[in-house]
Amino acid sequence: MTVGAVNERSVTVGKVRVGVVTFPGSLDDSDAARAVRVAGAEPISLWYADADLHDVDAVILPGGFSYGDYLRCGAIARFTPVMAEVIRAAAGGLPVLGICNGFQVLCESHLLPGALVRNERLHFVCRDQRLRIEQVDTAWTSGYASGEEILVPLKNGEGGYVADDATLDRLEGEGRVVARYLDLNPNGSRRDIAGISNERGNIVGLMPHPEHAIDSLTGPSTDGLRFFTSVLQRLVSA
Amino acid sequence: MARVIVDVMLKPEILDPQGKAVEGALERLGLAGVASVRQGKRFDIELDGGIDEARLAQVHELAGSLLSNPVIEDYRVKEVPQ
Repeated sequence: MTVGAVNERSVTVGKVRVGVVTFPGSLDDSDAARAVRVAGAEPISLWYADADLHDVDAVILPGGFSYGDYLRCGAIARFTPVMAEVIRAAAGGLPVLGICNGFQVLCESHLLPGALVRNERLHFVCRDQRLRIEQVDTAWTSGYASGEEILVPLKNGEGGYVADDATLDRLEGEGRVVARYLDLNPNGSRRDIAGISNERGNIVGLMPHPEHAIDSLTGPSTDGLRFFTSVLQRLVSA
Repeated sequence: MARVIVDVMLKPEILDPQGKAVEGALERLGLAGVASVRQGKRFDIELDGGIDEARLAQVHELAGSLLSNPVIEDYRVKEVPQ
């Protein structure tokens, strides 16, 4: 590759726009936006009441407690104006990453199967969690090696992934378990599932927080950054 | 004024850690023979005007989408005579 080609490429990278949605009660939108910036893309703030994705190339639904977790986590956020647009665009192939509360919103929206329920022992769990990345053929994990083990923070009270056996068998059979918990299962998730994708691999939901593991000053590792560089690579090469 | 009650319960096959915790507390407080406790939600909805079939159908639809998540919960709608 010539130097000119590299420069051209980095100019293109600078133009990739990744939207980060803020719902009432979102917490990790700033960290997600920072991760997008560190990865080399431009973070675009999206507001829950604005039925417009502002021409972004990908969307992140961040962690937090949208609507105070009232009713069910993510249940009310799912019906916001911005989510109608996210659901429409995701069906068309837009890369969407839901982290923690964002994963709950994706399940409530039926963009991903299953649901997240109260942790098995009712405790809120906050720890640095080892994961195994099992599916690298998604918009958000292509930068990892299959079977790679990473360390990222996990913090949730309702992170137990549940689905019926037929759904779990299908997810495993179709290679849609994106990440699994290692060492211990922190929340009672069935089959140690930490993250899943849709059939197409453009939508990924993940309970742990890669956006908190992009800088060794503030995180336990920088292992999380590749979720954000993966989507950038996908969009640049598309 | 019409009144409709929507009860939402976790499906039997979904683990209910809150119900389990309450079950343990009931036993500790001396209630003998607690076989099982499940915790659910009740929505008490008051509607201006009467209720007709179309409105009831709307309540059912929202009970199955907003008020409950069909993946993990069952719901029951009950009209309360005034």
